[in-house]
Amino acid sequence: MSPTDGESPDDSETTPDRDPTLGDNREDPALDAIAGNDDAIDPETVTDGDRESGSPAISGHDYTGRAPAVGDASDGSSSELRSDGGAPSEPNVSEFEQMADVSLSKNERRRQWFDEKILAPARIVWDDWRARFGLVVVTVYLFMGLFGPRLVAAPSPNQGPRLLGAFRTLEFPFGTTASGVDILSQLVYATPAMLLMITAGAVFTVALGTATGTLAGYKGGRVDSVLMTVTDVMMTIPGLPLTIVLAAVLEIEGNPIVIGVLITINAWAGLARAIRSQVLTLRDAEYVEASRIMGIGTPKIITSDIIPNLMPYITMNFVRQARAVIFGAVGLYFLGVLPYNSNNWGVMMNAAVNRAGATSSPAAFHWLLVPMVTIIVLALGLTLLAQGADRVFNPRVRARHAKTVESDDDDGDEDGGTGGATPAATGGF
Amino acid sequence: MKYIVKRLGQSIFTVFAVVSFSFGLIRLLPGGPMDYLRAQIMEQGGSGLSPEAINRRIEAQSGINPDEPVFVQYIDYMVGLVQGDLGQSVWYGDPVASIIGPAIPWTVFLTASALFLAFTVGVSLGALMAYKEGSKFDVGSTGVSLVLNSTPGYVVALLLVAYMGYRYNVFPTGGRYNSALDPGFTLPFLRSVLYHGAMPIASMAVVGFGGWALSMRGNSIRVLGEDYLRVARLRGLSTRRIALRYVARNAILPMYTGLMIAIGTVFGGAVIIENIFAYPGVGFYLVKSISARDYPLMMGGFILITVAMVIGITIADLTYGWLDPRAKGGASRESY
Repeated sequence: MSPTDGESPDDSETTPDRDPTLGDNREDPALDAIAGNDDAIDPETVTDGDRESGSPAISGHDYTGRAPAVGDASDGSSSELRSDGGAPSEPNVSEFEQMADVSLSKNERRRQWFDEKILAPARIVWDDWRARFGLVVVTVYLFMGLFGPRLVAAPSPNQGPRLLGAFRTLEFPFGTTASGVDILSQLVYATPAMLLMITAGAVFTVALGTATGTLAGYKGGRVDSVLMTVTDVMMTIPGLPLTIVLAAVLEIEGNPIVIGVLITINAWAGLARAIRSQVLTLRDAEYVEASRIMGIGTPKIITSDIIPNLMPYITMNFVRQARAVIFGAVGLYFLGVLPYNSNNWGVMMNAAVNRAGATSSPAAFHWLLVPMVTIIVLALGLTLLAQGADRVFNPRVRARHAKTVESDDDDGDEDGGTGGATPAATGGF
Repeated sequence: MKYIVKRLGQSIFTVFAVVSFSFGLIRLLPGGPMDYLRAQIMEQGGSGLSPEAINRRIEAQSGINPDEPVFVQYIDYMVGLVQGDLGQSVWYGDPVASIIGPAIPWTVFLTASALFLAFTVGVSLGALMAYKEGSKFDVGSTGVSLVLNSTPGYVVALLLVAYMGYRYNVFPTGGRYNSALDPGFTLPFLRSVLYHGAMPIASMAVVGFGGWALSMRGNSIRVLGEDYLRVARLRGLSTRRIALRYVARNAILPMYTGLMIAIGTVFGGAVIIENIFAYPGVGFYLVKSISARDYPLMMGGFILITVAMVIGITIADLTYGWLDPRAKGGASRESY
């Protein structure tokens, strides 16, 4: 059984209509494949197959590859149906039936797609309290970054009394700084740049890491050894010191996108290595070999056959990188070695410690504590969301949710989620 | 054997690449460190000097003579580095090697202890969590591990400084050892070193062990479901042997590659931690050099941190074969 069956777009509901048709056309190899699919659509079978092969395989272009084949089947069947007499007696009716069948399956396919890609993941995420927490946290921060500056007054000196503690007044819920600046306002105004930085860093790392890793793993040979030598060199350079040196020498401005990329300047190497080792196990899978034999080009195979299988891993790394950017950026801003031109959580911490001695004086401690809690909550939200994302990509969990909304009865999936979400567990194994 | 040679060659190549890269940063960047160094010397009363004298000073400080063609400068720089000449610090006025060199063991002490602590505590906790899977202890520890895993080390460091340092005066807030003591292998000195290192090490270890615990828990649960474990039980092997040789070994192996990446993270994180605790390690001088615009010190610190990390990763990589006999074959560099 081909592992691509897991993503079959047409499902059991249409099976009874087509089964007799297909049975008559056994000699056609394309139809054979479809007949095979129909067997495999039963969720139990799919799950078993995945369990056996260890890694669930997903193919992106089998969908488009199969769609015309279904059309062919119906076209071919119309003549066959008339001759074998097993189908409706009048030829005209069978043609009408065929038309209806196609439009119905399209409609259904759309519904299926919606159910599979949007509804089921949403259910899965919402079903798990960790993922729900993560989603809520990330949404709140996104809201804060997108609309916050329009709702909160810009930070300026002497907005309120100096060094007002947190949770004392409604006007300044998080208190004020030594120069009377509203801390909540600083926090909110720092968010857009921070989100931009996080996104830039994570996108940069994931894009470069995935491209390098898949290319090296799939191509092999000289391409592989050259890319991996570069990767190994980049991997053994300590990231934060490199960022510090580059930021000092290159005299960059405070552009958050540039800084986001700079902080993750060599983080892609670790990801590329891990992805390469996963690609090595995929490159010789039957369906990839089939694509190769069909003469499909390398870029198409990589984007359609290889990368969809790595999506869970890539998503998790996106989130992990996002977290690394937050930690790195705030840490370096706290040290005062990065240039800035707007508010920043790290700069706030720096000011709290260096200007008000927040570590030694309790009066200013809230000034330090508020940005720290902000970072931790965002990082925690991202971690938990990554675990939810892991469940979304788990075919066993997804199959269960695609059918009905039922509460979990299977602990095994959650274990997989926890194990997979942690740094080392998925590293190349 | 062939693998070891190849691996060592790769490490040497990495160091070579980093050094070349730093040469490029210093020398080739227009308006970069070299121009700044020149301006600095002019400002320090060197304006009356002849251009040759200024160039000589630049050479003394950066190890690069701007009079010569670039490739000669490059070779001179490389030869100087091999001989241990990292240039002269502008800020301290001493050779960079004599500033950073003594700081390296302290940074290695911090990072190695933190990594070791985090790894052992994490692995033990993870194994225990897997053993008591689903219990209150498991759920609680998973939650704590998740929160700690989402906390940056410097946050813990700042909290420790504020509470254990200033508020309750349990631990010192800076320095490497009590300066009244003479350095040496005496008991009071070693105790003082541990006493001063406790908080920096703790702040790195506390945020590290959560991740290891979660990995170990997941891996152990996966291993516990394997068939060979059932066979081992049926053969009547002792629980101790099963736990150590079967479960622990197979669960730890996948985490070993993560350990190599963790070395990099910890070394990077130490830069921030050392500054919070005013602990004169390599990272402390690196940041100092940035604020003082001391480029020779900065590049020297960067090169030495990289060398230390390359050595650490090479050791970890070479011992992997000892842990996992399958990797000893040598033909495959890959560990999947």
